[in-house]
Order: sequence, then C-alpha cells, then structure tokens
Amino acid sequence: ELAHSYVSDKFFLLLISYFCTFRNAVLEFECNKLGHSIPAARKTGTTICGVVFKDGIVLGADTRATEGMIVADKNCSKIHYISPNIYCCGAGTAADTEMTTQIISSNLELHSLSTGRLPRVATANRMLKQMLFRYQGHIGAALVLGGVDCNGPHLYSIYPHGSTDKLPYVTMGSGSLAAMAVFEDRYEQNMEEEDAKRLVRDAIAAGIFNDLGSGSNIDLCVITKGKVDYLRPHDMANKKGVRTGDYKYKRGTTGVLAKAVTKLDLEVVEETVQTMDTS
Amino acid sequence: MAACMSANRSENAFSANDLVPEWAQEEVSTGTTIMAVEFDGGVVIGADSRTTTGAYIANRVTDKLTPIHDHIFCCRSGSAADTQAVADAVTYQLGFHSIELDEPPLVQTAANLFKQMCYRYREELMAGIIVAGWDKRKGGQVYTVPMGGMIVRQPVSVGGSGSSYIYGFMDSNYKPGMTKEECLHFCTQALTLAMERDGSSGGVARLAAITEDGVERRVVLGNQLPKFSNV
Repeated sequence: ELAHSYVSDKFFLLLISYFCTFRNAVLEFECNKLGHSIPAARKTGTTICGVVFKDGIVLGADTRATEGMIVADKNCSKIHYISPNIYCCGAGTAADTEMTTQIISSNLELHSLSTGRLPRVATANRMLKQMLFRYQGHIGAALVLGGVDCNGPHLYSIYPHGSTDKLPYVTMGSGSLAAMAVFEDRYEQNMEEEDAKRLVRDAIAAGIFNDLGSGSNIDLCVITKGKVDYLRPHDMANKKGVRTGDYKYKRGTTGVLAKAVTKLDLEVVEETVQTMDTS
Repeated sequence: MAACMSANRSENAFSANDLVPEWAQEEVSTGTTIMAVEFDGGVVIGADSRTTTGAYIANRVTDKLTPIHDHIFCCRSGSAADTQAVADAVTYQLGFHSIELDEPPLVQTAANLFKQMCYRYREELMAGIIVAGWDKRKGGQVYTVPMGGMIVRQPVSVGGSGSSYIYGFMDSNYKPGMTKEECLHFCTQALTLAMERDGSSGGVARLAAITEDGVERRVVLGNQLPKFSNV
C-alpha cells in the first residue's frame, strides 16, 4: 500500500502541474486578442551530438541561440555541467535546458555526498526523465547526456516528454538529421580519441552548414575516466571576416574655412563605459 | 496511426517555429509491432525496434521488451515516455511486493499493476502493453493491457500499429501445443510480415523466451529476416 500511494502521489503531482500550465496558454490567447504577442522564447535551434569511443565519451554542440529568425547569441554554451564525470548537451528552449540541468546537477551533488560515491550516468538519466515526464513535455528540453562512471562510458538521449534511449551515438536538435547522416556513415565501435573528436566535429559541422537553426562555432567535451577536456571553442567554423574596402576619408579631405571653440561649463558627476559587442 | 494520434495530443510549450521542423515538435512514439505467445513451460515474446518522432526514426535499435522481474517481461507500444514511466513504476511496485512476499511474483499480479495504472490515468496515458512471463502457479501466461486499461489473458496476443496487418496470419497459423522453437519461428514470421507492411515498425526483430530456467534473448537482424515474396 505504501508503494502504491507513493507512486500515485507522483502521478497526482503530474495532474496538478498539467492543469496549471493551461494558464500560460490562456494568457497567450488573451494577449493575442488585444493585439500584442508575447515575446518568443529563446530557443537553441541547435545541433548536439554524442559518441561513445574506446576510453569514454565525446559530446559536441554548435553555439547559436535563436529568437525566432534572429540570432540572439552567437556564442552560447550548450554543454552543461552535471557532475565532475557527467556532462549534458541541451537543445530546445534555452531556459528550460539551463534550469533543468542545473537542478539535476544540484540534486546529484547532494545525492553523491549522501552515498559517498561518484554519481552514475544512469542516476542522472533517471532524475532527468522523471522530472521531464512529470511536466508532460511542457519543459522543452531535449538532452544528450554522457559521462564515465564505475561501469564505463554511457550515453543517453532524453526527449522533452521523458522518454530516453541508451545508444552508442546520438544526435538532437534541428540539425540532428544532418549530424546523424555523418554518424551513420562513419561511426565504428572502439574508436580512438582523435577519430571520435574528428567524427563529432564533422557531425556538428554538417548541422552548422546545412541547418539554419545551427551555426557559429563547434564546442567539444571529451570525458574519460578521471579527466574531462572542455574544448570551447574546439573549432571556429564561422570566423567573422575582415572587410576588404573602407569608406573612411583621410583627414584633410574637407578643407576647414573657419574654426570657433566654445567651452561648456560642465562638471562630471558619474562616468560609466559599456563596450559594444563587436565580436 | 500511433504517430498522428500523438500529434493531436501533444501540447507544445513554444509556438510553431520555422527553424524547428515539425518532427522535432512531435512526441516520441513507439509505432510498433509487439506480440506474445504461450507454450507449455513458458512464453515467447517479440517486438520490432523502431521508435519514431513524426516521420524521423529516433532510435532504430530500440528494445521494447522490458524486464519487470526475473521471469516477467512487458512489451511496450504507444508513447515511449508514457510506457517507460509506467514500466519503471510497475517494476518498483512489483519488486517491493516480491520482497514483502519473499516469493517470486505472479504474472497476474504484474498485469494487474499495469492495468491499475493504465486504467486510472487512461485519459492522460497512451500505452498499449502486453505482459508475459512464467510463474510456478500457472506456468507461461500472456496478459494484454491495451489502451483504456482492459486486462484479458490470451494464449497469443499482438499489439501496436503493425498488429493490424498480422491478425489474419496469427489466426490462421497459431496452433495450441507448439514447442518453444515453433513459437520463436511463428513470432519471427509474424514480426517480419508486420515490419514489411507497417511504416512505423522496422529495424531488427527482438525475441525472448521466458521459462522456469530463465530468459533467453535473441536478435534477428534486418537482412536475416525470412523472405516471403520474391518481389
């Protein structure tokens, strides 16, 4: 009876959260009726992928975040920290992937202190899938979870509705079809680290160049037993070019006929400098 | 069939976006062909291996035969998230119950746990499950728990979107009193026919035979499936 009530409470919570989220839909409808549109959620368009190689895991991601058809962030970080041996790539709504991975990372750290052991990837997978299922797909987080624990390297793909797949290679996001094409062509079991990094780099590049929702640089994260290489950026595939021409005129092009200087009696109260993002 | 059902059900948190293709907004469904057959001494279960999101195959090597206990398995069809969550919940409940009893649990118990969950949350869930296994009391048993939460014991049962194509094959080719090898052959043939005709089923054919001695799993790869037509 105890077991049954525990589980039915979980599902009861699910029903409550399911009905509460109707509120957002109603608000949006009322807003649209008045002629305004609510701001579009910033999404990560995205190509993310992961591969299991001989000694561990290689995770890869592009770095473009979009707001509708506009690039909101040219260099955002999509590979999130979960624990020292586990990292997670996130596609879908940027806020959802960020918060979900942070919540699970926090809970996993507490769990790890409680057990006295390094966390396992399967544990992170369970926590993520149970949370996403509870929200019935309204948390738009599609994740690629990878890490190395006492049982070896593990790679999971987690969908917004809470289903997971444990596979040797996975891709997610709008560019996942392009990346999967590269994987299906060139994946082998027990690859060396350099081969695996090259494969993931090429898969993300396929997403960047063939999908409008993905772009900019390629980030890589190589996880092996006892070591993590967070390579950001691993490959700057879209460097901003240098202009070939210039419309600046030389000093003296326009002749000066007269000059009058008037000093204004002002006192500097506060001075702040904010640099423009010219990256 | 299952794929378009999930399109109507899923409520998206974000409005339609040009950059994110439609299949990325769809729920993950297991399309599927699943089946289970009783024989004297155990059961044989089988499933295809395709999981789809809309028209994209998200996983071409899915394992839809999920262990619930040492001698009890379930075949999952419908929404991948719903069936995984329900199977995890029932695995927990059955494990707890088995420890309380200090005995291996009955297949009927497992099937009823599935039924209780699937019936209580019938409006929210999209899950068609076949529970099959062996226990000391009644030997090999197959219970089908389709969408809606009905439970019925059958000697042979098929489920999923691909099952429509093999009811005729099942009715004409199933004979009571088959051996384990005959059941395995029957399942392989049925799954092949369904995978051939149903777009949401495909990949490899996964089979498992559950007896008193344990579980024997087999995989029949795509190119090793029996050929029916010469076309």
